[in-house]
Amino acid sequence: MTTIQNKAQSPIAHLTDEDITALGVELDAIREQILASRGERDAAYIRRVIDVQRALELGGRGVLLFSLFPPAWLAGTTALSIAKILENMEIGHNVLHGQWDWMRDPKIHSTTWEWDNATPATMWKHSHNELHHTYTNVLGRDNDLGYGIMRVDEDQRWKPGYIAQPVWNFVNMCFFQYGIAAYDLEVGKYLAGRKDKDQFWAEARVVLAKIRTQATRDYVVHPLLSGPSFVPTVAANATANVVRNVWTHSVIMCGHFPEGVETFSKTSIEGETRGGWYLRQMLGSANISGGRLLHIMSGNLSFQIEHHLFPDLPSNRYQEIAPQVQELFERYGLTYTSGPMVKQVASAWKKVMRLSLPNNLLRKASEGVATVTSVPRKVVSAVLPDVTSGAAA
Amino acid sequence: MALRDVNTASTTTPRTRGLRDRLVELAGLVTTPLVPSDYLDRVVPLRAGTALRGRIVGLHPETHDAVTVVIAPGRDWAGHEPGQYVRLGVDVEGVRQWRTYSISSSTGREDGCIAITVKAVHDGVVSGHLVRHARIGTVVQLDQATGGFVLPAVRPAKVLFVTAGSGITPVMGMLRSSRLTDVVVVHSARTASDVIFGGELRAMAARGEITLVERHTSTDGRLGAAELERLVPDLAQRRTWACGPGDLLDALEQHYAARGMADRLCVERFRPAVLVPTESGSSAVTFSRSSRVVDASTSISLLDAGEGAGVLMPSGCRMGICFGCVVPLREGVVRDLRDGAVTTAAPGDGVLIQTCVSAAAGACDIDL
Repeated sequence: MTTIQNKAQSPIAHLTDEDITALGVELDAIREQILASRGERDAAYIRRVIDVQRALELGGRGVLLFSLFPPAWLAGTTALSIAKILENMEIGHNVLHGQWDWMRDPKIHSTTWEWDNATPATMWKHSHNELHHTYTNVLGRDNDLGYGIMRVDEDQRWKPGYIAQPVWNFVNMCFFQYGIAAYDLEVGKYLAGRKDKDQFWAEARVVLAKIRTQATRDYVVHPLLSGPSFVPTVAANATANVVRNVWTHSVIMCGHFPEGVETFSKTSIEGETRGGWYLRQMLGSANISGGRLLHIMSGNLSFQIEHHLFPDLPSNRYQEIAPQVQELFERYGLTYTSGPMVKQVASAWKKVMRLSLPNNLLRKASEGVATVTSVPRKVVSAVLPDVTSGAAA
Repeated sequence: MALRDVNTASTTTPRTRGLRDRLVELAGLVTTPLVPSDYLDRVVPLRAGTALRGRIVGLHPETHDAVTVVIAPGRDWAGHEPGQYVRLGVDVEGVRQWRTYSISSSTGREDGCIAITVKAVHDGVVSGHLVRHARIGTVVQLDQATGGFVLPAVRPAKVLFVTAGSGITPVMGMLRSSRLTDVVVVHSARTASDVIFGGELRAMAARGEITLVERHTSTDGRLGAAELERLVPDLAQRRTWACGPGDLLDALEQHYAARGMADRLCVERFRPAVLVPTESGSSAVTFSRSSRVVDASTSISLLDAGEGAGVLMPSGCRMGICFGCVVPLREGVVRDLRDGAVTTAAPGDGVLIQTCVSAAAGACDIDL
């Protein structure tokens, strides 16, 4: 992909300022409709998910005390892997988004929640909720586009280091929780000398303390409790962590990297209206199609489009509003990007591999196929008045 | 109550407390990032050493719109004095709501339970829920009992209780718990069948334990202070406890003050003031920890108002999506700038609000 401002055929060229305003009003109405009906049913849902997660974790870890026996190892590792996935995705991610703050339960609240992840909740909330969700898919502002270690857009400048990015992506996938921690710490920025040293180390100490506590639990305390099953329990916990890492990484890659997802140039969001912000979320995200289990295990990030439109609505409601949102896409002539998980993961990986090479090499490789053209900024401004003109919000 | 104090003391000697803390700390290594109580509370929510809770164990309708809720409090419940109230946190439509209710039961119940008696008030979110939808077995949140609406240790010889509506509830707690020799109860309710505890009060009167004056306002009209003098000729010799609607209490306070007997009257007000959101203009917003007060317009966010006054406000996306600006509203009323939804907080509630999309809709006290 290339930022829509640099595309010959902009997917939003047919929309007027009024259209984009109307789009915003319609989406606000969908939001209102959920807020009005939010209640006991939703509260019961999240409490049930939390209960199931805790039962799975407790059960899994209990069985792993006897992990010397292969069936116990397998059952325990499976239960723990599922528990860790639920904890990070349907519970942690969504609670930290404030999706359940409305219940006013101090035990299930974005300000008090801590999750089973290397990165501390407060740091993640800043980099994710604030930066990624505000500047979604804006090159140079949203570091989720390649996490600062990869090139996932033609408009990101190629550097020789990117040749190895399929390898980085694989390593990042296996150790994703540490990758997120390093990302939230802005390790790259620090190494490049662009982050205050004292601030970095103050944050790093917090992260390292959390990693130590988590690692002590998984690789010392529980193995010790397992007695003769010490080594199998270490292996089980490591496996559960990797399974969780691979799964979450894959789900998250499906959110913004597959073909069909649009990116935006830095200047395009100056003076962006509410409708314009909604429009960017619509075009900058992709869904995963599948069954109920997939949706729960992905923390309903399989409804990434709905999540990006309404990051603070309870996740169990995304599926409910998806048909309305999809209908809106059709009516406004926009593409609702969605596909089965295998297809979306493959698409994202293909992009990671393709963009490890510079654009001109790509162009030669795909000669005869549609070419990527750059249009002068002025022309784009004329085509996209709402997004680029700096109209008052 | 004395017995309970002894029990509490025996379980908290320094040595056992130290050992328990260490065990909890060790268990924390196993459960991190959760704490052991996250698991334990699911199984034994009323145990000692956790947030105070209670379980509804009985529901007894008193009138067509009032119910007595019997609650088994958690192990850390410290007991109460007759006349005191308790803060109760109930989940209504998924949202935790806190309200205060007077304890109407006697202090000496053998089952250790307490009871509150709730009258459904107009538009009352919690009272309506408790009267119509409360279920036995539900776990509710509690605070320790508190309040100064109590009888002195040396019981006065002559007592007068002036109550109206659900104002009888703390007085019932006193009547059931305390041996009083000479008591007059003047109680107002709309009709005879609206009298909460009507049967029990009339039985007490029949046994000669109290002198009961029932006033049915639908036929007799509201009670005035002058009329009270006529109904209770020895008013001046009695210590008076009064509980009911604000205008009744205001009238009594004025009357007692005018007669120079203000020190012989003790009143209990259920709701200090009803918070009504204002549509426009501006309101005083207090940032209590920063000792700043600003006059904030109803159309600008509390975040902007606070920053404008030099308060160090946490902030993030400034558009209501990141929850980086969430702080407790100690007291007051705010309106969501996006959809107009109104949120109110009474003292002790500490309702967490997003300052970037909330504007003052009345005087506010923010915990910053």
